[in-house]
Amino acid sequence: MTLVHFELLSAALFSLGVYGVLARRSAVMILMAVELMLNAVNVNLVAFAAFRDIPVATGQVIAIFVITIAAAEVGLALAIIMRLFRSRGSVNVDEIDLMKG
Amino acid sequence: MGLVLFYIAGAVTLFGAIGVVTTRNVVYGALFLLVSLAGVAGAFVLLYAEFLALVQVLIYGGGITVVILFALMLTRTAEYEGPGENRRWPLAAAVSIALFSLLAFAFVSDAGRYNSATRSAIDVEELGRVLFEQWALPFEIVSIVLIVALIGAVVIGRAGPEEDEPEPGPGGAAR
Repeated sequence: MTLVHFELLSAALFSLGVYGVLARRSAVMILMAVELMLNAVNVNLVAFAAFRDIPVATGQVIAIFVITIAAAEVGLALAIIMRLFRSRGSVNVDEIDLMKG
Repeated sequence: MGLVLFYIAGAVTLFGAIGVVTTRNVVYGALFLLVSLAGVAGAFVLLYAEFLALVQVLIYGGGITVVILFALMLTRTAEYEGPGENRRWPLAAAVSIALFSLLAFAFVSDAGRYNSATRSAIDVEELGRVLFEQWALPFEIVSIVLIVALIGAVVIGRAGPEEDEPEPGPGGAAR
């Protein structure tokens, strides 16, 4: 078990998140894919801090910050999605084109 | 032994992630997300980051997944019955595979430099000390970000007096 194992896990998780963001139709599912990407970043942060010659606490503290921001982001995004659903009756991002000009 | 545990955690993580991005049923999607996040928590344990594993289960499992399920229940529409992907999904798959290939190539070709298997660990006490001494200012800023996001979510999510009813349709006034 070396650093490259965790790097590959994180790369696969991030790529799946990218696919989800690009391909899914529902805004809530896109939000879940974003969570996958954030978790991939966290795995990388913690793995590099554990295996490399850098202070271990740095990676873990930044991962804690990422988790905090993810929680704030989910709260805000879900509020926006609820508002959109109330006013448009849809959470399909292909139909939400208010800012098209 | 450690490698076997890593493969188990990785398989759980990727199984959940594939479920999130492929399932038609959005509620199953949220549950797959929970599985994937539990796998990530397992990876954190293997990296001796037990506090992060705990936080991962508490925040994601206990908080974020429940909130997402709430939103799914409250926005249930007929469109969830249709296909979950848009028409551009082959392009999205190509981009995703290309990105993974690039990252995997970079990581594997670089692997020889860092093939040490020794992991350095830190206990929770030391982590807390570093968090509140070295990272005290970012910590306070993050707490402000959290409270601003909380207030913003309440303000955005509250129904205005004039929008209790859905608009007539996509062509309705943009308000």
